[in-house]
Amino acid sequence: MQQTANANEVKLTKKKSPSSARKQAIAAYAFLIPWLIGFFGLVLGPMISSLYLSFTKFDLLSAPKWVGLDNFITMFQDDRWIAAAKVTLTFVVVAVPTQLIAALLVAILLNKKMAGIGIYRTTYYLPSLLGGSVAIAILWKNLFGMDGLINQVLAFFGIQGQGWIAHPDYALGTIIILATWQFGASMVIFLAGLKQIPKELYEAAAVDGAKKSQIFFKITMPLLSPVIFFNLVMELIKSFQVFTSAFIISEGTGGPINSTLFYTLYLYQKGFTQFEMGYASAMAWVLVFVIGVMTLLVFMTSKFWVHYEDGGKL
Amino acid sequence: MDTSTKLSRTLTHVFIILFGLIMLYPVLWMVSSSFKPESLIFSTPSIFSDTWTLENYKNGWQVVRDVTFGLFFKNSFLISAIAVVANLITCSMAAYAFARLRFPLKKLWFACMLMTIMLPAHATLIPQYTIFHELGWINSILPLTVPKLLATDAFFIFLMVQFFRGIPKELDESAIMDGCGIFQIYTKIILPLSVPVLITTSIFTFIWTWDDFFSQILYLNTVDQFTVPLGLRLFLDSQGQSSWGSVFAMSVISLVPITTVFFIFQRYIVEGIATTGIKG
Repeated sequence: MQQTANANEVKLTKKKSPSSARKQAIAAYAFLIPWLIGFFGLVLGPMISSLYLSFTKFDLLSAPKWVGLDNFITMFQDDRWIAAAKVTLTFVVVAVPTQLIAALLVAILLNKKMAGIGIYRTTYYLPSLLGGSVAIAILWKNLFGMDGLINQVLAFFGIQGQGWIAHPDYALGTIIILATWQFGASMVIFLAGLKQIPKELYEAAAVDGAKKSQIFFKITMPLLSPVIFFNLVMELIKSFQVFTSAFIISEGTGGPINSTLFYTLYLYQKGFTQFEMGYASAMAWVLVFVIGVMTLLVFMTSKFWVHYEDGGKL
Repeated sequence: MDTSTKLSRTLTHVFIILFGLIMLYPVLWMVSSSFKPESLIFSTPSIFSDTWTLENYKNGWQVVRDVTFGLFFKNSFLISAIAVVANLITCSMAAYAFARLRFPLKKLWFACMLMTIMLPAHATLIPQYTIFHELGWINSILPLTVPKLLATDAFFIFLMVQFFRGIPKELDESAIMDGCGIFQIYTKIILPLSVPVLITTSIFTFIWTWDDFFSQILYLNTVDQFTVPLGLRLFLDSQGQSSWGSVFAMSVISLVPITTVFFIFQRYIVEGIATTGIKG
């Protein structure tokens, strides 16, 4: 009697598990439906389609016409494309390290027990929060204009300024300064990383009579390197896609003389004011490719300078 | 020894405060200029003034005939609010499936989701535009909101998966004992215990949607549909460089919602950045 009951129970649980697994799978897919539609309809489908479009001539109204590699060949002979690539690369190469160094230095300065730390952190973070807005781009346009605040301050010191925004040698510089100004978010991440470094290491180093520079390069930098790596990758990807500031400051032109013609701004002009959408798709894929290669390079070099406490397991 | 550490401490404070002031000075200057009579704005780099006025705000609010900034605010708030609600619902649904349920092809879909986090939006830009064009959605809020209803902000899914995994599984099991189904575990256990990550998602969705100038300029093209960033740009173009006072006034107003959100949820924002690497 008891045995049959037990057998029944075993049967029940055995029977239950496949049906509940099936139930769970159905439920899971129900929960995933919005994401699945989005993934196929708005990400994967469009990705494949834009890859195809990059080999065509397409103006939105008539059907795309296959042109082979024409778009890519044109690109490398297009003066404005070359200008855009140069502007963007210059920006990435200058702005990313500048911003990260500023973030790291201020983070180290703030990584002490002191009064008012919360207010300081907020103050330095605020530009990151506001910096991406049209309002701040407008402010920047004014600050670095002929009659702007910067020139007024320079005049106070007897220096004759100029219209920085209107000068092809300086316009990009003002946008680099704007990007550097927004170091706060990276700083907050560095601060969190610094807090993770065990105090004992510093105490031991102090006992051993290590110099400040030694402590920085032998303890702080190696232990912070995963955070530096993370910030570097994120900033790199972000910096290739700058749009708003360049658009507002140059009034959508990328001028003077293409000096603020950021890659995404030129892509926007090609795709959505001239409706050369095949060309714009090709441009987009070159951008994705370059960002991918750069990120990969950083990942590959990381084993030489990024130090993981647990030996690199993720 | 003691006096020298004290001195170095004081110097650090002085330096931090001074440097912070220099950094924020342009913003403070813009705020103060927005309250100054037009003629006084460029007469001095000081943020102080003898006369204050609301004139710039009155003049700026009425952008063009029949259109005020009120309309832009309404449009921006509508889009941002839908985006926040949509992200909360659809991202948490996907995250629940990934974090708690077993199903075939889970690993494949999870990898796909991770891949889309890093993918620059430009890779899908043109075909997405074509799709929305075919659907007749250009110049409406649909291209800006429907993608959120389809959980395309994969970063938030990832964030929630991480958080959900930290909730003890025993809670699910005891809920099952109490007769809860898969859906009830989601609504009665997971969501109520995930308030911090839901707040982080809401804040950053709001900020990013509010400031998403690129999508807005792409999809909205008549004044009645304009959002605050587009309205500001229109205002800058139409006023030219002639009335910086009102341009500054409207710029300041456009920053109020984000700044307010920041000061209310400061703790969540700073902690969110520090623990997840999300950036404001």
